[in-house]
Amino acid sequence: MNIIISNSSEHPIYYQITMQIKEAIIQGLLPPNSQLPSIRSLAAELQVSVITTKRSYEELENEGFITTVPGKGSYVAPKSNELLKELKMRTVEEKLEEAIDSARLIGLTLDDLVGLLKILYLEE
Amino acid sequence: MDIAVNLKDVSKRYDDFKLENLNICLESGYVLGLIGPNGAGKSTTIKLLLNHIKADSGQIEINGKSYDKSGPSIKNDIGFVLDQDHYYSHLTIRKIGRALSPFYTEWSQSKFESYIERFSLPFDKKISQLSKGMKMKFSLAIALSHNAKLLLMDEPTSGLDPIVRSELIEILSGVMLNDKKSIIFSTHITSDLDKIADYILLLNGGKTLLNEDKDALIERHAIVKGPKELSHEVSDHAIGIKKHKYGFEALTCDKNRFLNDSRLIFEKPTLDDIMLYYTKGESRC
Repeated sequence: MNIIISNSSEHPIYYQITMQIKEAIIQGLLPPNSQLPSIRSLAAELQVSVITTKRSYEELENEGFITTVPGKGSYVAPKSNELLKELKMRTVEEKLEEAIDSARLIGLTLDDLVGLLKILYLEE
Repeated sequence: MDIAVNLKDVSKRYDDFKLENLNICLESGYVLGLIGPNGAGKSTTIKLLLNHIKADSGQIEINGKSYDKSGPSIKNDIGFVLDQDHYYSHLTIRKIGRALSPFYTEWSQSKFESYIERFSLPFDKKISQLSKGMKMKFSLAIALSHNAKLLLMDEPTSGLDPIVRSELIEILSGVMLNDKKSIIFSTHITSDLDKIADYILLLNGGKTLLNEDKDALIERHAIVKGPKELSHEVSDHAIGIKKHKYGFEALTCDKNRFLNDSRLIFEKPTLDDIMLYYTKGESRC
């Protein structure tokens, strides 16, 4: 897994770490039940404060992506893949709804829209 | 939750300077950065923590103990790096190591020697022959060789080049892997703290201007830059403002108020920015 922090980003550092760990989980670089680096070793590696990494892990735990066992460490939650899929699913739905609204405005039919979707999907 | 350092309403007066109502509550396992201009009271604070001077009022507790009752036990657990010579300068590094060992119950000669090697210091040179950077590394080697729970450093990097400063930060990062260690680090080179500090205390003229978690501090402030025409509006909600011929720059803790104005540019402040604006301007936050 790679975590790359930008000091000039508008996003706070803890947020960047949280997002990139989620990415690593999605990509399977951090499989369910695998152990994350300790808060302290991550802080030392990235040269950020311990409070920053602690906050990232707390956010991840609040959102259900990891569980922290006091004295042992932090682990990727077993259901995290499903959680992320659900989140992505919601994003897909939202984007499709946006496309549908725009399509209606210019009078595209459902068939037109499906046809366009096929072309774009197969292009990539 | 272990508290490494607890200062309550500590004050110390000199003829022309007064350190007032200083409060520090540092949990074990964290780094506190003490910043402020020269003469702000940073060294006085470190001296109070080392019991080199006594407070006029207030309480000081280190690892739950007070100097009145447990002086020697506290000193055993503190490692320090000060910006001055305080070791016998005619002795060699090797000899000083041996001379110090009876003073600390957990002195480790092997740890000391391995730090000296790691810092590439010459064992058989006298302290007086070492460069500034080498003296700092030597003090650091001592501070790290007796299992100290608290590291106190007073301007350890002043006068040192960025390479040595960066090496120090790396070493301290390694120390902080242990959650039973704590560090208080005073400096006017705030960029050193941008990386490693968990908490920041800003002193100016003996008074505490800021005392909080570094991330929260940086997040709630923003540098705002914009055209001269907007400077009046912004200055009412800024800690300080710099106007020049072609525009202005200010530090605000209320950036949401201005976010929608596309004529303004926002940037994340550095600790340096925060220190400069707070010590120069009046706070409106």
